[in-house]
Parts: sequence; structure tokens; C-alpha cells
Amino acid sequence: MTIFYILMLFVIIAAIIAVETKRLLSAVICVGAVGFGASIMFLFLRAPDIAITQVVVEVLALIILIRVCISRELTFISGDKEFFAMVVSIVIIFAIFLAGVRVLDTLPDFGTPVFAETTDAASQTYTAEGMQKTGAANLVASVILDFRAYDTLGEATVLFTSIIGATVILRKTSKKLLEEPDK
Amino acid sequence: MKGMTIIVKTISSWVKVLIFLFGTYVILFGHLTPGGGFAGGVILASAYVLLMLAFGREFAEKNLSLSAVSKLDCVGALFFAAIALFGLFYGGACFFWNFIQAEFLADKETALHLVSAGTIPLSNIAIGLKVGASLFLVILVLSSFRLDTSANKEE
Repeated sequence: MTIFYILMLFVIIAAIIAVETKRLLSAVICVGAVGFGASIMFLFLRAPDIAITQVVVEVLALIILIRVCISRELTFISGDKEFFAMVVSIVIIFAIFLAGVRVLDTLPDFGTPVFAETTDAASQTYTAEGMQKTGAANLVASVILDFRAYDTLGEATVLFTSIIGATVILRKTSKKLLEEPDK
Repeated sequence: MKGMTIIVKTISSWVKVLIFLFGTYVILFGHLTPGGGFAGGVILASAYVLLMLAFGREFAEKNLSLSAVSKLDCVGALFFAAIALFGLFYGGACFFWNFIQAEFLADKETALHLVSAGTIPLSNIAIGLKVGASLFLVILVLSSFRLDTSANKEE
């Protein structure tokens, strides 16, 4: 359990630096450090699937995406923070923290799954018969691509739609059309 | 965007092969080991983005053009939908019915083999193709948008 507290401290410090730093690239790299700490935590919780996805998306893709897309290497964030917005955000964070404390009290102990208490839950069937029914040794793959494949289809549709939107908005020919007057 | 120095170019021309191989491994063995289509697709896209950062945008676009990437994206999405529809029509059972496992592999001992689990490896390939192509596409489109705006400012 000590390793989780150390990693959580690392994540919190990286998050504070990400908010407070003035350079955009440093802030993005600090967000990557937050994701890296979270992925190490997932690894210690024996969830290598989500750890791989976390480290790949948050560390590689985010930093590379920002590095490719920002126009200059040194992008500084300027301007003072508003007092009212800061007070409101602190109050909201405090309210969410209080609600989180209430929710954490009702959770079962660390390491015991929630559905272990109910015998007819769907997840019990997945872990018990997933190997025989789908033949996949990786139970996560058998859940996301066989039992719950609808979720994956929806996720793929969301990705497809967002890429279509980005491609249509950012295409080169749209600017040429804008220069011509409307008829 | 222009390329980087010759050190970066030399190292990335070696490393890009290993990254691409690792992404392919993560996709193909997604039903046996941790990983799968999403993570492997992002690794494949990051290999191409490394090419783009080291050698410049024109070089990467010469290798894999914008229309080819969008076609790969659509092929991945169609392949995934086709797997689901085959399950509906072949077995007649339901959408996403794992028909290969149920019809051909059920009475064989295929546990922990590469050819096992029916449609799951095929779905992994489709998702990996789709995620990799779309991530590379969005990075390509965003970087070209940045080039256009900087060109407009100079005028």
C-alpha cells in the first residue's frame, strides 16, 4: 500500500506543477507524468491492459500531439487568474472531495470486487466461463470484443465521427470556398 | 515542418521498425497477452508520427498519403461492422455472435494458440487499423492546419 501513497504524491505534485507552470510544453509533459504515475498504479493493481493503454495514450500520444501541433517551441501562457473563478473552482473541488469521501466509505475493502457478494452478477459469468465460451486467454479481450462488443462498436463510432469532424473542419479547400462571396 | 538533425534521423530510421513490429505484436497477440487493438493501434500511429517528426511532414505524407490513411480508417471501421453482421447472418443468433469459435473451433483444443478465440483476433486487427489510422490522420490534419494559418499570417 505504501507504493500507492508514494505514486499518488508524485501524481499530485505533477498535477500542481502542470497547473502552475507558464510554458505550454512543460505543462503537457507534466500531464504526461500524471498519466505515467496512474499507469504504474494500474500495473501494481494487476491491470496490465489498462496500464499499456494509459501509458501509450497519455504519455506518447498527448505529448507528441501537442509537440506536433503547437506553432512555436516556446509557448508561454500569460495573464493573471481571476479571483472569482479561482474561488468558484476551489469551492467546487471541495464539494467533489466531500462527496468522494462519502462514496469511499461505502466501498468494499481494498482488493475485494464489488460483484463477489452477488452470485448471479454478469461479471461472475465472464470470469468463470469466459475462457470456455470465447477461447481467448486474455479475459479483457473476451469481454470488450465478445460479451460487450457493443461498447467497442460505440467507441469506434465515436472515434470515427470525431475524426470526420476534424477532417472536414480543418480541410484545405474550405478556406478557398470562404474567400468567395455567397450567391 | 522540416526534419530534425542527422542524429535523430539515423536513430529514428532504426527505431521506427521496432516500434512498428511491437505495435503489430500487441495487435496480433491481443487475445493472449495484455494489449489489444486500441493500444497497438496507437503504437502503430506513433511509429508514423516519429517518422513525421524526424524527417518532416512531406516525407511521412509521401509514405502514407492523406487519402490512403482515410481509406485505411474506413476499411477498419467497415471490417469491424462486417464481423458483427456476419455473426448476425451466419449463425442467425445475434449481432456480434462469435460464429468462428462456435462453429469451427468449439470442439478443438485451441487454448493459448495464436489461432483461437474466433472473431476476437479479427476484431483486434480491425480496431487496431482503425485507431492507428485515425490517430495518424488527426495529427496530419492538425499539423497541416497549423501550416496554413502560419502561411496566412506571413501574407
